Amino acid sequence: MTAATLARPAPLSRGLRFELVKLVSQWRIRLVVLACWVAPGLFVAAVSQQSTLPVDTLFGRWMHATGWAGPLVMLGFAGTWALPLLTSLVAGDVFASEDRLGTWRHLLVAVRSPRRIFVAKSLGALTVLVLMVAGLVFSSALGGVLAVGNQPLVGLDGHLLSAGDAGARVLLAWACVLAPTLALAAIGLLGSVLLGKSPMGLLLPAVVALALQLAQMLPIPVSVRLALPGYAYIAWNGLFTSPAQWGPLLIGIGVGLLWAVTATALAYVLFLRRDFTSLASDGTGRRALLFGVLPLTALLVASIVVIGAATGVSGSGIGQDKVQRSVATAFAHLYRLQTGQLNRPDVTEAQLATTADCNKGGGQRDPEGAGNDWRCVITWHLPDTTATGQAIYQLDLTPDGRYMADGDGPKEVNGYFLVHTPAGDAPNPLWQFDGNVDLLSTTPKG
Amino acid sequence: MDRPRAVRARGITKCFGVVVALDEIDLDVAPGQIHGLVGPNGAGKTTLLGLLLGLAVADSGKLEILGTPIRRALDAPDGVAGFVDGPGLYPSLTARQNLAALARLRGRDPRGAGIDEALDQVGLTDVADDRAGGFSLGMRQRLGLAAALLAQPRLLILDEPSNGLDPVGSRHVHRVLSGLAAEGTSIVLSSHRMDDVEALCSEVTIVATGRVVFSGPLSKLAAENRELDYRLRTSDPVKARALASEAAGITVVADEVVRALVPALDELVTRLVRENVAIRELTPVVSPLEAAFLNLTQEGTP
Repeated sequence: MTAATLARPAPLSRGLRFELVKLVSQWRIRLVVLACWVAPGLFVAAVSQQSTLPVDTLFGRWMHATGWAGPLVMLGFAGTWALPLLTSLVAGDVFASEDRLGTWRHLLVAVRSPRRIFVAKSLGALTVLVLMVAGLVFSSALGGVLAVGNQPLVGLDGHLLSAGDAGARVLLAWACVLAPTLALAAIGLLGSVLLGKSPMGLLLPAVVALALQLAQMLPIPVSVRLALPGYAYIAWNGLFTSPAQWGPLLIGIGVGLLWAVTATALAYVLFLRRDFTSLASDGTGRRALLFGVLPLTALLVASIVVIGAATGVSGSGIGQDKVQRSVATAFAHLYRLQTGQLNRPDVTEAQLATTADCNKGGGQRDPEGAGNDWRCVITWHLPDTTATGQAIYQLDLTPDGRYMADGDGPKEVNGYFLVHTPAGDAPNPLWQFDGNVDLLSTTPKG
Repeated sequence: MDRPRAVRARGITKCFGVVVALDEIDLDVAPGQIHGLVGPNGAGKTTLLGLLLGLAVADSGKLEILGTPIRRALDAPDGVAGFVDGPGLYPSLTARQNLAALARLRGRDPRGAGIDEALDQVGLTDVADDRAGGFSLGMRQRLGLAAALLAQPRLLILDEPSNGLDPVGSRHVHRVLSGLAAEGTSIVLSSHRMDDVEALCSEVTIVATGRVVFSGPLSKLAAENRELDYRLRTSDPVKARALASEAAGITVVADEVVRALVPALDELVTRLVRENVAIRELTPVVSPLEAAFLNLTQEGTP
């Protein structure tokens, strides 16, 4: 027997393959991947054929008009439920499963490098997660386009996006929400490393996502709202206005990625510090929990301070001017759309010179912030006449800046759900419409 | 030419916080030797096996595995395989898939990795395509051994390999381990089953509370031991009891049970035969190893 050479660690590519084999061999992972590739398409196609549309979900009211509304409805649903649960299922379990099965020592002996194990596991989870998200996008887009067609999409401010532009923005919106999804996945990795066999490790991304959603429903300051890692799940809406609201979206993506990097780095450090010979240890304990939670809290506080200082926006970010501008813009775009439907001579937004006069609580309350008591009187001009048109809308405005405007007369403009067009009855775009307020914009445009 | 020892440990100490798991442990394992590691629960056996597998590094002391000094965790040399704290298996994979995934991880083509042979050696050919999640503890132990065999080990580390094995499984494992040792593979195994250790191991190390209380050949252990209880069944129990009572160095503990050292026992046997008392059974009530284990590990226990 001669002195042996030291065993070399298994290359990362082999480690990754090993992790993928383990993940894909699980029935629940296979079923969920299959569901991600099949269910959204069937759902979108089925809903698009219904007479009642999910108008509470953004773009739901346009599902009859274009196939590109389907993947956006799916995106709204995914940001709330599907993506947090998928990250829980995959990333929340990737380390904890080895604790549950008691296979850490076996894996370490086989791979001989905790670093490579960590990277392989993270990449394995990421691969499966991206596969699932790709399924959601592809399936819902295909279902929508096949069932309804490749038609132009009405944007969030009422302007019309060509079918090609809509398709590209749908893909871009889904790409943007990868950032908060990665943040949740990294929190899942951290929870999986920290909490070992505990079921909390598995549930952590879903619990964090739920907490983030609850926070977004509260009237918190804009800087706090944007500093939360799930904000890009909301901020993608800004891609469907003209001009696109890049500010909140880019901040949301940046914060999401920062959280992803920080939580992954914390998980990495804690994982490397773990002693795998100690049988008593199946996680890294309460002290490490402190090390995991404190840095992320510090990151949140630092993000709030930096965003607050950099944007200079305080309070809710929802002011009277912004609401009036947003409602007037959306109305003008949609008025043109209605004009086209009714086969009337086209008018431009400039000719209409639409303005809105909005108040809150019947003028008794400070016109600032979210609420369902916003009321707007919209005024517009028609060419070759001195008379002005007026319409009233009740707004339900949520703290994240999104609103639904419900027509409150006159009935000729927004009183009926349908309008009579030469080609038959069609949904009246002015009856009810969605819009949003750019929380960061400070100066009036145009 | 001197062949390096498979394991050479000197003064190994390992602590977990304030708990001293191993305290100045010495261990030598020769090539081709099956070395038993026994001790009460919490004695430090699994920690020691973990160090031999390279899962961690000792806080102090010197450790050489297959002639290679170990200075960092996971620095174990090629040719070291085995498991501690149960075999690492993935329940969603079949027995064959578990081994194939492991072979690929080690950079080997599963088709030429000897998976079928390994499964055959441990007697799992019939269930090769069943998911490991449905396996009994004994089957998992055997699959863990098959996984270790794929690495063509020169040093095999096994933590409680006999756990959950039925007699057939136990025979498979014994045959495999004896065959490996005959080919020059060194094996260090821990076990709570003294019959297994006695049947397999040529040398044994007994650890208690992190310290070595005995290390050496089994024969030396028996010789060093104090008096043992033997069951003595004869054709004339009354006469045999009388003769035993008179004999020097013999204590009659109960009917047909005497306590003695081996030389005194030899004399009693000679005398019984001379007095025309036929001996029908003469066996230790507990095995020499078990007796030694109990003596050594209970010393100092209140």
